[in-house]
Parts: sequence; structure tokens; C-alpha cells
Amino acid sequence: MIIQGPEFRETPPGHSSPGRLERALRSGRFVVTAELNPPDSANPEDAYARALVLSEVCDAINATDASGANCHMSSMAICALLTRAGYSPVLQISCRDRNRIAIQGDVLGAAAMGVSNILCLSGDGVQTGDHPEAKPVFDLDSTSLLQTIRTMRDEGKFLSGRKITTPPRVFLGAAANPFAPPFDWRPLRLAKKIEAGAQFVQTQYCFDVPLLRTYMEKVRDMGLDEKCFILVGIGPLASARTGRWIHSNVPGVHIPDSIIERLEGAEDQKKEGQQICIDLIQEVKEIKGVAGIHVMAYRQEEFVSEIITASGVLDYRTLIREPSPSSNKET
Amino acid sequence: MYSLRLLASKNARAFEVAYNLFDPLVRAMAPLWRGIGYERAEKTFAVFEVWTKGLLLDCQRCGRCILSSTGMSCPMNCPKKIRNGPCGGVRADGNCEVKPDMRCVWVDAWTGSEQMKDGDKINTIQPPVDHRIQGTSAWLRHVRDDIAATQAASEADAKSGTGA
Repeated sequence: MIIQGPEFRETPPGHSSPGRLERALRSGRFVVTAELNPPDSANPEDAYARALVLSEVCDAINATDASGANCHMSSMAICALLTRAGYSPVLQISCRDRNRIAIQGDVLGAAAMGVSNILCLSGDGVQTGDHPEAKPVFDLDSTSLLQTIRTMRDEGKFLSGRKITTPPRVFLGAAANPFAPPFDWRPLRLAKKIEAGAQFVQTQYCFDVPLLRTYMEKVRDMGLDEKCFILVGIGPLASARTGRWIHSNVPGVHIPDSIIERLEGAEDQKKEGQQICIDLIQEVKEIKGVAGIHVMAYRQEEFVSEIITASGVLDYRTLIREPSPSSNKET
Repeated sequence: MYSLRLLASKNARAFEVAYNLFDPLVRAMAPLWRGIGYERAEKTFAVFEVWTKGLLLDCQRCGRCILSSTGMSCPMNCPKKIRNGPCGGVRADGNCEVKPDMRCVWVDAWTGSEQMKDGDKINTIQPPVDHRIQGTSAWLRHVRDDIAATQAASEADAKSGTGA
């Protein structure tokens, strides 16, 4: 992770944020982001411990915003902690829990705390989480949220038209799901999000590479890969049982039978799940238009570094673990 | 209501034709609405919309109707009220993430828009709902806004003509 000292606070030409993620993506190299599972705790060390295991290989860390509509430490607070420690976090904003007044205030606050990346989401329905009786807000949706923040950044004004004295310099992202119907429409939906302001997208879990290839073909035909950086969602499955459960209970996640069968046939299913993940990363990397991967390793964060390293996608970087100050530098 | 709603998106082209016939009629009657007074006409129109759009299209009366841009499938029936859908949680069978027994309104919107002459309007970015106008007549507002825009444009033209 790069420490965001004063020299890193300038926005480079052609960039909309001073952050590491945008710089890394615009440099053209293969980028890795990962999701931090937020703690159910008020102890900052719990957030730092989870970020630390991801930091070795990630260009940015996503702090989820009550994902699955479950209560955790907020994305905003985690991002504030991570920027203090020199990390490059992605603030996730879900439209489920806050209205346009709260969200726009959060955007300014986040930018003031050094957050350079924002992922705009509609959010999961409250019925999936631990507070199904809660009132869903959904004042905005992901697309109108993108447009709102872009207006704040580029035109320096709120949705109301009132002027913002120092606009937020943020790199805007959105989610995409090439693996849910209506499939023909998914690339057009990406185009709409790009038009609204999306500069990068992080997709839902990819377990079906042929489906992704079909999607990317259309995306390339429309020239969308040149307007937006596409990071493909990847994650290790802990077992065949977990895979079956996710497939049946998490809408929008598609896991082909071949993946479940491969896990079932393995002696060590957890290890096999990680190997499948490595294989998927290697396949996905070869697809034209894919700018990187977004790792979502729920309860397996400690293996992210290992998986990324084993996949070889970062082989162009020299990784030196725990260098000894007294030893000679290796070349 | 739900079955009628499904029928509407399945026959989106017919509804588009009907709407395109009805829309100029309401616009042509603008002097009448002005004469009655928009506020007074609004109440009658709102009731009319409940009985027509509400019955046939399961209209939720957001006050800013975009049915002609959403394949005649009312986006306010989406449990997340998404105006630029669908979300990423659409089930493999095309049903809603939140209500598994209901077809995703945006899957219907896509099917409907594919039949429509101006189906491409589904790619237009929709602004957030103005919650102040919920329950009011969208048709009358549409006419009113349209007339105001035309007047503003002609005034601007007249000004630029004077300037030149």
C-alpha cells in the first residue's frame, strides 16, 4: 500500500482522484482489489487486522456497506480508519439505508477524510439481512447515485443545485452482474451506468467463464471496455455444500454444476475451492477488456494473498516478504 | 392487478400505440385545463389515472410517469423502487430477489421495450423520484411541463432574435 502523504494528494492530469486505484488502473497493469469483511465490533484493530492480510496484494480494499443487509461496522468508518493507516479504500454506498441528503453529506465527508474511490450500489433488500423488519430507503438507485456524485464532483453542486465550495475528487465505481438475467441487456445496463458516471465496475462472483466471455464480447463491441475499467469478481468456495447453498440462496450468484461437482470430488474441498479460484483468475485474466479482479473471500481473507500469488497475475511485481534490514537487497 | 400488469408488458406495443394516440389529445386540450385551472383539473386527472393506469398497469402513482420508457412495466413495483434497473439480484428464473414469487419488473420492462417502437428509451437515465408529487397526476404535469418548456424555448428564441 502506498502511504498517501502530501505528495500523493495531487490529482494527476487526466485523473479524477488522487488515489492509488485510479493511478494503477490508468497505468494499464493488472489490478487486484479485495473486499474487507467488516467487523461486528467497535475496536479499530479488528478492521486493521482484516485489512493487513489483504494489503500485500491489493491496490484497493472495498469496505462493504452492510452487505446482505446485515449490521456491521460502517463502510464510512472503516474507510476513515484505513485512510489514516495509509490504505487505499473503496467506500461502498448502498441506497438501501440512507436518503439523498445523508448520502451527499457522506460523500463530502469521505472525500475530506482522504477516500478517493466510491462504489455506488442499490443494495440488497432488507429481507436478506438480520433486520428484515427495517424500513428500506431506496431514495436513489445505483445509477442516479452515480450521476449525483458525478455532478457533485464535476459541476461542484448538490442535487438541489446548491454550490459545493470544494468538490469531492473521487473515482466512481459501480457493480455489474453479467451472470443474472436478462443477459442480453446486461451490457446495455453497463453502458447506462458508464453514461451516469461509472469509471470502474466490480462484477458479481464469476464462476462461469463462458458466460463472462459472451458478455465481454458484447462489451468490447460497444467499446465499453475503453470507457470503463472492468474488475471481475472472484472468490474461493469453502466446500461443495457452501457452493450449493450460495447458488440456491444468494440471488444473482450463478454457480455451474461443474464447479460443485469438482468440489465434491475433491479430498480437501477447501483447498480445491482455492484452486478453482486460482484457475478462474488465470482464465479471466486472458479475456480482452478485463482490467483486473475483485476478490471476495468471505471468511477466507487470510488466503487471498496466497491465491493471488499462486495465480501468477502479479508476477510482474517483485514481492519481497519481511525484508531484513541487515540483509543485502535482492535483485 | 398483478396479472393485468403482466398483460401490459406482454402487449407493450399496443399500449404504446394507445398512449401515442391519447397523449396529443390531452396536449390539444391544454387550453381547457388552463381554463379549469391546473390545480382543479389535477384532482380529476389523478382519479382518472388511478382507474386507468392503476388498474391496467399497476401504476403506483409516483407522479412522474416513465412507463413509455420502461416497456409499460411500472418501476415503482420494484421492491427497491429502482428507476434504472434491474439490480444484480434477479433470480435465474427472472423473478425478483426480494419477492421470489413475483417476476422482476425490469425483466418485464426489457421484454416490453423490445416490442416497442421507442423501446430504446429504456436506456435513458432516470432521475430520482420527487417525493413531493407522489399521488398526483403525471399526465397533467407532463402536459404542463411540456407547454412551459415550449414557451421558454420560444421566449429564448425571441430574445436571441432581438439580440441579433
